[in-house]
Formats: sequence, structure tokens, C-alpha cells
Amino acid sequence: MELKHEALAGTLESSDAQVTVRPAAELTLDIQSSVLNQYGRQIKAVAEATLARLGVTSGEVAIVDKGALDCTLKARIETAVYRSADLSAAGIAWGVLA
Amino acid sequence: MIPRPTPQKVRIRRSMMFMNAQKPNLLKDAYIYGVDSIIMDLEDAVAENQKDSARFSLFNALKHIDYGDTEVIVRINGLDTPHWQEDVRVCVAAGVDGIRIAKCESAADVHAVEDAVAAAEKEFGVTPGRTLLMAALESPIGIMHAYEICTASKRLFGAAISAGDLRKSLHVKIEQGGLEMFVARSQVVMAARAAGVQCFDTMWPNLDDQAGFEAETLQARKLGFDGKSLINPRQIAFVHQTFEPTKAEIAYAEKLIRSFNAQQDSGVGVYTVDGKLVDVPFFDDARRVLAQAKEIGIYHGEL
Repeated sequence: MELKHEALAGTLESSDAQVTVRPAAELTLDIQSSVLNQYGRQIKAVAEATLARLGVTSGEVAIVDKGALDCTLKARIETAVYRSADLSAAGIAWGVLA
Repeated sequence: MIPRPTPQKVRIRRSMMFMNAQKPNLLKDAYIYGVDSIIMDLEDAVAENQKDSARFSLFNALKHIDYGDTEVIVRINGLDTPHWQEDVRVCVAAGVDGIRIAKCESAADVHAVEDAVAAAEKEFGVTPGRTLLMAALESPIGIMHAYEICTASKRLFGAAISAGDLRKSLHVKIEQGGLEMFVARSQVVMAARAAGVQCFDTMWPNLDDQAGFEAETLQARKLGFDGKSLINPRQIAFVHQTFEPTKAEIAYAEKLIRSFNAQQDSGVGVYTVDGKLVDVPFFDDARRVLAQAKEIGIYHGEL
């Protein structure tokens, strides 16, 4: 999926994560987290797997994590990417997101 | 992914707690409260510009969090919005147990959702007929059409009265004793029982007024409702206690069934228990009470 413009999803509330994506030539991942020391690697792995599944091969992805579960982080990344591609409102391929 | 057991059309539904589907801190441990059903809300709790995000949140929660025996129902957006069809798709793809149709006003509304659900079950390879429905009746016309709604679909397990909107339409406010909702509540119970489905009372919005909440809950039980919607975990215990059979009811039901078994063997039809005339409908009711008590886990006898 191609990122078309900057898009944001999620909040800075506890147990949530805020994800910002924007188009760029290279794929870069920036992670800030209140639990970076304990879960940094896990957060990175979830983010990379989610982006790979969505077919995102380029773009800047910034995550501000507030102790989100993996499923929340995944949801916020998916929302931001779909929003960036203007495809978030309907017709989501739910079958392949599982 | 966490597979959910096949949804049961008939089951204990004393309490249904609303949760904003957009809030991870609510969704992540909603099963710990012990409510019978949680209602993940895609409708009024979610801002118009977060409807898309709430669906991703809902989908991933359902796929990764084990809600166990807690029934998972989703309140979808109204049929007059551009959101409800995608809501149905995500619900079915995520494997929710049931869908609550907001502002349901006619059998046609139920059929519209039913058709969308059937199409989504086909699209996502979900067992046809798995996804249950319930209707929220929140307008005067919805209340007037309660019976046609309750009989509109084999998937429909019940109807809930939702009083917030209804009071506005009726030009009334919350009155002591529930006077303003009396006809609407009774009509919903009557329609649901006539159709053989369950019925649920509206939620109590004034969290600071515990006495009002308790009075309304007790009244709902007396009117015949199976359970009540709620918005705060503090309300669960009282709702459960109110909608489950009392010790005396269980003991009486047990006595009735035992006497019935004995009398039947000796060829007696109508007779008295504790000086009161009893016949066939009493036994059906007694069996229902015992079945309910067993399911809740408060009856361990042999019947």
C-alpha cells in the first residue's frame, strides 16, 4: 500500500499508541515508548510485521507508545496507513488483516 | 487469533455493559468484570472522524484478546448513516457473537442488517447463520413495531429498550417510579415474550444516583425483563443479583418439579403445592428458573 499523505491514528492516552505516517523515499521507523527498555524490540517487531503485511515499503513511520498491547499498536498502524492511502472508510480487506 | 465458541441464541444475559470500541484501555480487559455480555460501541461513543479507527481497534481486539465466556456484541451505527455496512463487515470478519442494531424501527431494518450479515459471512468464510442480532428500540415507531421487529429474523435473540432518545421523542424526562417509560417497557416485554425472544432494559445514566438505579433495576425485573444495559462496572453486582433467581424461587421451583414428577406418575393433572393451585405452565416456569440458576452456577441440585 502506498502512503499518499501524512496521516495519524491513536492517542497519547495510557494503553494506547499514536502513530504518524508520511510518504518518504526510504522506510524509516521511529519509536518512542514509556516502556522502551522492556518492550522496544517487541514493539519494533510488531510494527515491522504490520507494515510488511500492509505492503508498506517506503515512508516515515513514527510511533509514540503509551504501553499499548500488540493488538492496539497493530490497529493504530493499520488505521494510519489506510488513512494515508485514503482507503480507511470502507471496503477494508479484513480477511487478510487477521 | 482467538477462536470464539459458537454464539448461543438462548443464554444468560443479565447484564450488558457498553464499552467504547475506540478505547484500548476499556477493550483490553473488559472480560474481567464478569458481565454476561459486553457491547463494544461503534455508534454514539465514537466521534464521527474516528469511525474508521474504531473498526481497526475492534477487529484487532477480537482477534487477539480472549474474552472467554463473556458474550461480545457490537453496537453498529444507524441505518441512516454511511457507516453501518462497513461496521457489519468488520463485525463478521472479527467473529463477534452478535450485532446490536441501533435505532431499529421496523422488520425491514432487521432484514437489511440480516442481508448484510449473510453477505459478510459468505465473504469472510464464516459459518452461515453464526452471527446473532439484537434490536435496540429507541423511538416511538420502534416501540410500536416491537413485535414485527422481534419476529423479523431467526438470528434475533432479543430486543432492548433504549430510553435516552425515546424520552426526547416523547417529550418526557426520567420520573420517579419510571412512569414515563411504563408503556414502552411493557410493550417491549410483551412483544419479546410473544415472539419468544429476550428483552433488556435501558441503561441508567445517573451514576451518582444509586437509589434511582436500584429502583429502576428492580422495576425492570418485576416487569419481566431478562436483563439490563449498563455503563459502569459498579452497576454489575446489583443487576446480576436482581436478575437471577432468588434462593426461595429456586427452592420453590425444585419443589414444584419434584411434586410434578410424583403426581404425574399417579395420574394427577392439577393439584396444590403449599396450598396454591398449580398446573402445567407452573412447571414450565419452574424448569426455566432451574435452568437459569444452573447456568449462572447457583443451583447444584440433581434436577
